[in-house]
Amino acid sequence: MSATGSTDAAKEEILQRIRSALGSRPAAEPAPRDYRRAGAEAPGSSALLDLFEDRLVDYKATVHRTTSDHVGDTVRSVIATLLPQGGSVLAASALPDEWLPEVTRDTGFTARELDQFAGVVTACAAAAAQTGTIVLDGSPDQGRRAITLVPDLHVCVVRAEQVVETVPELLSRLDPTRPLTFISGPSATSDIELQRVEGVHGPRTLAVVLVTP
Amino acid sequence: MTTFLGLPVHAPRGVGHLRGDEPFPDAARKALANTQLRRNIGHATATIRAKRAAVVAELDDWEQLRLAGEAIKTATMLRLDDHLEQLERRVTERGGTVHWARDANEANEIVTRLVQATGESEVVKVKSMATQEIGLNEALEEAGIAAFETDLAELIVQLGHDKPSHILVPAIHRNRSEIREIFLREMAGVDPELTDDPRRLAMAARAYLRRKFLSTKVGISGANFAVAETGTMVVLESEGNGRMCLTLPETLITVMGIEKLVPTWTDLEVFLQLLPRSSTGERMNPYTSAWGGAHTLDDGSPDGPRDFHLVLLDNGRTATLADEVGRQVLNCIKCSACMNVCPVYERTGGHAYGSVYPGPIGAVLSPQLTGVEDNASLPYASSLCGACFDACPVRIDIPSVLVHLRAQHVEEQKTARRLPTPEAVAMAAASWTMSTPKRFAAAEKASRAARVLGGKKGRISTLPPPLSGWSGSRDAPVPPKETFREWWARTRDVPS
Ligand code: SF4
Repeated sequence: MSATGSTDAAKEEILQRIRSALGSRPAAEPAPRDYRRAGAEAPGSSALLDLFEDRLVDYKATVHRTTSDHVGDTVRSVIATLLPQGGSVLAASALPDEWLPEVTRDTGFTARELDQFAGVVTACAAAAAQTGTIVLDGSPDQGRRAITLVPDLHVCVVRAEQVVETVPELLSRLDPTRPLTFISGPSATSDIELQRVEGVHGPRTLAVVLVTP
Repeated sequence: MTTFLGLPVHAPRGVGHLRGDEPFPDAARKALANTQLRRNIGHATATIRAKRAAVVAELDDWEQLRLAGEAIKTATMLRLDDHLEQLERRVTERGGTVHWARDANEANEIVTRLVQATGESEVVKVKSMATQEIGLNEALEEAGIAAFETDLAELIVQLGHDKPSHILVPAIHRNRSEIREIFLREMAGVDPELTDDPRRLAMAARAYLRRKFLSTKVGISGANFAVAETGTMVVLESEGNGRMCLTLPETLITVMGIEKLVPTWTDLEVFLQLLPRSSTGERMNPYTSAWGGAHTLDDGSPDGPRDFHLVLLDNGRTATLADEVGRQVLNCIKCSACMNVCPVYERTGGHAYGSVYPGPIGAVLSPQLTGVEDNASLPYASSLCGACFDACPVRIDIPSVLVHLRAQHVEEQKTARRLPTPEAVAMAAASWTMSTPKRFAAAEKASRAARVLGGKKGRISTLPPPLSGWSGSRDAPVPPKETFREWWARTRDVPS
């Protein structure tokens, strides 16, 4: 649907109201940026990985360390532990083949079909240790947003060099024209008497597989 | 719709939720009589205050972040027209459609028309202050469209045929057994054995809403931020209901106040630190979604809604912008920290403020959106203690704006040659905040605004009401530097 005549008039009027409200428009001061932008630790350093793990665990995610040639086995054992009843598992359409060749790749399932999967495995785009945050950006090894939303278990593989320290460093690694999902622990609510309940609508369990070279 | 004459245009009467049914002092007196409510609110605000203090203390650059946040927002408002036009261009380039709404009625009409065009009669909604402000659910209902609130607290409020009482935790006035009763009564298909364990209650909501998420074709949201330079919309949330509403429907309609912009992607690095820590007291909220128009992935497959509509809402914001003192209120990122530290809010709860914006921020925002005559008692709903300024992540000087709005109100009354309004008189008595002489003395001692008014002479001859009833009879010495919050913490044994 294109903009209608009435909203064109509305646009002009709102812009006119703003101009008249601002009057002679004092010049704006440039914002001071002397907050911490770069972290003290290099991306992927072991101090950062420890901090990242600590923050994830604090927000009730589980963390499983492994090395690059054991990713598949670690993910398999995580799934076996966290889905003791079994259940089908899905992977992002282009999750590296050497990781989990046997797992179904996403081919565009409907939301109802996705609801039949118990778990999903993806990679990530970047992560920040200070806040325990992982970001997905829709790249082929992460998939569209729905696949990490509907299944109840999300296993996310994070490579050590993807972990930066601060939020500013995290944002500088992201492309704001992609669909982005920032994840800091499993979903949670504190809406009932401020008592925190983990796992509401998103995946109720978040497992992070942290890979060092 | 009036044509533009160069005068500030406020939010219209008769639509939305910016005005209460009764003046603040009357509503506050009733709220104070409700012990359960006061206990729930007191517990909630104390808990969130402590969590916030802990995560704020983790950052040694918190003050620098606050200064940056204030400066970015202030600069944004001074170029709001340019940034809005840039946002429109970027969102359009990315496949979205931008609509402009002068007021609540126009926004409601636009959204109703967009939903009708899809042929659907149900929508899922993620918590949004803007859509509450304009009364969107009621407008949709009149058009035969059912809007399902999906935030747990909003769901409790909606099923309880109730009103939200806090920006962040809107159902905080309800305890678990009340929530259980509401669910048993109103939630179709609920397990009759449901207990009042918060986890069981949350899982009941999960089961109830999942059916809606998987089948509903239209989602409606607000936005915490929009980045003008990149056309990126940003929503912060905790439960995953936001992701559901933003991702699964075919059509997404986002209603956003025109002040929610930040110019650049880099600016977000400040607000993604300030907001979660100030709001829920977390280092980062569980989920933040950022999107633009309609997304297609690298392999050409679609991701998320095919149709994206952004409705930009004025509804009194440009009138607020026209006031050089008051315009800083538009910098608000709706974190609710000011509510949690406010001794008045702690005692009255959110409903007494009448508007969807309660607490200190509501006391300065609602009267500016509606025009001060329509919310004349709200600028008096404060002891001017300054705790709200100390807590505010973007350093909005709420006490000064309160004093400014009181002066405006008094000016208007004078011009109209009217006697002081009943609310001004009631607030001067102010028995509900200043219920003991000790408290009263401490409150006026601590008034930051009074310090400013005292100027160099060190004597104050007039104070704004409610303190004017007292200063009218004698000069007051300029108060010492201890703030009301400090006094509050020291004398009441709570974490400051
Ligand atoms: S005024 Fe400041 S503290 Fe209050 S809600 Fe807005 S940003 Fe938060």
